[in-house]
Amino acid sequence: MSKFKKKKDGGIPAVNTASLPDIVFMLLFFFMVATVMRQNTLMIENKLPQANQVEKLAKKDLVSYIYAGKPSSQYSNLGNHARIQLNDKFADISDLRRFIREERDNMREELKPFLTMALKVDSEANMGLVSDIKQELRKENALKINYTTRQGDALGNQ
Amino acid sequence: MAKRAAPEVNAGSMADIAFLLLIFFLVTTTIETDSGLNRKLPPIEETEPPIIKEKNIFQLSVNKNDQLFVKANGNDGEVIELKNLRAAAVAFLDNGGGAGDEACSFCRGKKDSRSSDNPDKAIISLQNDRETKYKTYISVQNELIAAYNELRNREYQRLYPNDGMNFVEANKKYIDPRTTDKKVKDRLKEKLEAVKLLIPQKLSEAEPKSN
Repeated sequence: MSKFKKKKDGGIPAVNTASLPDIVFMLLFFFMVATVMRQNTLMIENKLPQANQVEKLAKKDLVSYIYAGKPSSQYSNLGNHARIQLNDKFADISDLRRFIREERDNMREELKPFLTMALKVDSEANMGLVSDIKQELRKENALKINYTTRQGDALGNQ
Repeated sequence: MAKRAAPEVNAGSMADIAFLLLIFFLVTTTIETDSGLNRKLPPIEETEPPIIKEKNIFQLSVNKNDQLFVKANGNDGEVIELKNLRAAAVAFLDNGGGAGDEACSFCRGKKDSRSSDNPDKAIISLQNDRETKYKTYISVQNELIAAYNELRNREYQRLYPNDGMNFVEANKKYIDPRTTDKKVKDRLKEKLEAVKLLIPQKLSEAEPKSN
């Protein structure tokens, strides 16, 4: 009889947590691989619109980014009209051409015709600003553009 | 001397260290969006605009309240919902009302003589207001590109039924850097160009209206 009683004495055995580090490491590696460090600190609101007919941007080194949107809450003293951000600072529409020339100069000669300008524009911005940007791009002959969007249903933008 | 087993290293804090790193990466992660709608801007040099028959133009304008207005197929224009835009654009492009030289052999539309002659002649013209919201513009662009893609998919599958792909998938495969075989790439490019020639994207954007 005592043989059977003994087993019940220990109560609930502790859960073995030896594999916990493995699980955590697995998650860790996933995030390490998936992480892309942000190149620019955004000073504007940048909620991209949705679209579903998207194509992937193939090569990162051929792309330069133009951000636009209204200044985020910490820069609200700049008003709430949409503005352009290039690299890490606010820019004016007249700075765009210089920016494109600088981006071109930083590229290897044979890749220059493939420069793509990715427009990351906030969904609430109005088309006046966007068409001003496009006009400047045309003047500088940077004709390949990409409207960066999130993946989703375009009818859901409304 | 007696053989002593090496003392076991205490790995209990390993999980804590891993958690710390995990939380760091969780916080810094921004899944970058690197996809979008590719467009090409027209060069700035002023050329004489070619004379286009009115029936070949699908005049779409968006006002400052993000409402769409379309004038095509010989009518005086009507307000259109965004969700109906794709079907309207497909119907216009695929109409194939031309005769003789301008006849369209592959179109499956209504062959309405008041609408476009063939997809090569058909032009979609888009006019925005300066106050139009960017998200509306993107939605409109998306729907128009979708209309072109729908027709291109159909034609790709009609011309190359053995590929088991449609135009969009073929294009994706062509762009994909993992497709390294040059022969495959060249063949894909040839097919894509053929379909693009059949149904070119003629989307013209006018200067936005200001008021």
